[in-house]
Amino acid sequence: AERANLAGVRHILLVLSGKGGVGKSTISTELALALRSAGKRVGILDVDLCGPSIPRMLRVQDSAVHQCDSGWVPVFVGQDKAIALMSIGFLLERPDDAVVWRGPKKNALIKQFVTDVAWGDLDFLIVDTPPGTSDEHISTVEALRPFQLLGAVLVTTPQ
Amino acid sequence: SSSSGDEALRDKRARILSRGLPKQKPIEGVKQVVVVASGKGGVGKSTTAVNIALALAANDSTKEVGLLDADIYGPSIPKMMNLKGNPELTPKNLMRPLKNYGIACMSMGFLIEETAPVVWRGLMVMSAVEKLLRQVDWGQLDYLVIDMPPGTGDVQLSVSQNIPIAGAVIVSTPQDVALLDARKGAEMFRKVHVPVLGLVQNMSVFQCPKCKHETHIFGADGVRDLARALGLDILGDIPLHVNIRETCDSGQPVVISQPQSDA
Repeated sequence: AERANLAGVRHILLVLSGKGGVGKSTISTELALALRSAGKRVGILDVDLCGPSIPRMLRVQDSAVHQCDSGWVPVFVGQDKAIALMSIGFLLERPDDAVVWRGPKKNALIKQFVTDVAWGDLDFLIVDTPPGTSDEHISTVEALRPFQLLGAVLVTTPQ
Repeated sequence: SSSSGDEALRDKRARILSRGLPKQKPIEGVKQVVVVASGKGGVGKSTTAVNIALALAANDSTKEVGLLDADIYGPSIPKMMNLKGNPELTPKNLMRPLKNYGIACMSMGFLIEETAPVVWRGLMVMSAVEKLLRQVDWGQLDYLVIDMPPGTGDVQLSVSQNIPIAGAVIVSTPQDVALLDARKGAEMFRKVHVPVLGLVQNMSVFQCPKCKHETHIFGADGVRDLARALGLDILGDIPLHVNIRETCDSGQPVVISQPQSDA
C-alpha cells in the first residue's frame, strides 16, 4: 500500500497571524532553525503562494525541485542541509514572477504540496501561511486534517 | 488558408475565454479610482491610503474623496478613520458610506463584528468586493482611494477586472523581503493593464527621539533601487515615526492631527 507522504511527520505546526508583515516567515524560519539545533528533524512548508519569503531568507531562492517516485523532493537548507523546505518560490521560472491566481488554483497547489512532497521522516513540519484568513488557510487545514496537526502559533506586533 | 484558419480559431478561443470574465464598468459618479497596494503585508498600505485620501481632500477642498477598504480579511479603515456602525440603506437599497473628516468610507469592518474573522474562499470574497464597489451610494466623487489587502489574488483581480483604475500606488518598506513582494505587486498590475503611478517608500528611517540618531531599520534606499529598476517614480519617502502609528491606532490620522510634522 502507498504510504502517505506526511505519514512520517510526527508534529505539524501552523504559523498564523491574520495581519500581514508581523514576522510569520521570520519566526517560522527561526523556529525551524532552533528546533534543528535541538537535534530535531525539521521541515518547512511555505504556503504563501503570492509572497513566498522563506527561500530568500534561507538563501536558496535559485534552487530547483526534482521529482522522485513519491513526488517532489524538497530543497534541503540550513548549515547541515538537513531542513526540508518546499515553497512555490522554487516552481517559478523566475523568482520575480508574480503569482496572480484565484482561489481554486491556489487550493489545488496547496493540496499537492501536502500530498505530493516526499517529506520523509520528520519530527516537526512548520507551515508558514500568508496574511489573512482565506483560501490558503482553509485549504491547508483541510488537507492537513488527517495528519498529526499539533496546533497553531499566532504571531502579532503590539500595534 | 491554414494560417487564417489558425487565426480564426485563436480569435474564437479568445472570445469564448473572455465571456467568462466580468466586464469592466466604471462606478457611477466616481471620476477617478486610485488603488493603494503592495503585495507584502504590514508595510503601511492602509495608513498610506487613509492619509492620501485626507491629503487629497485637504489640498483641494472642492474635491469629494471616498475611501474603500477592500481588505476583507483585515479591515483597518474603520479603526483608522474612527468610524463604527452598520451602514444605513438608501431607498434604492444602496449602502450609505460612513463619513469622517469629510471622507466617505466603506469597509467590510462596518458589516461584521470587530472581532469576527472572515474565513471565506475566493468566490465569496469576489461577491463581497462587488457589493462594496457597486452597492454603495458613493454619490459624486472626484477620487475614490481603494485600500487593497496584501497579496496578488482574488481581491486584486476582482477589483481590476470590475472597474477602470486610473492608477496604482505601491507601498513598500526598504526590506529585501518586502521588495520581492512589491515587485510582484507591480508585475500583477502590469498583467491586468493597470498603470502604476509609483512607489512609496515607507518606514524608511527611524530617528531616536532622545539623541536624534537615525537608524535604517529596514535597510536604506531599497525602494529607490526598485523604482529605478522598474522605471517608476518614488511618490514619497515616509519615516518610521511613533506619531504615525499612534495617530492611526487612535483614529486621528497624522495628516489631520499633525499636518505640520515631518511625518
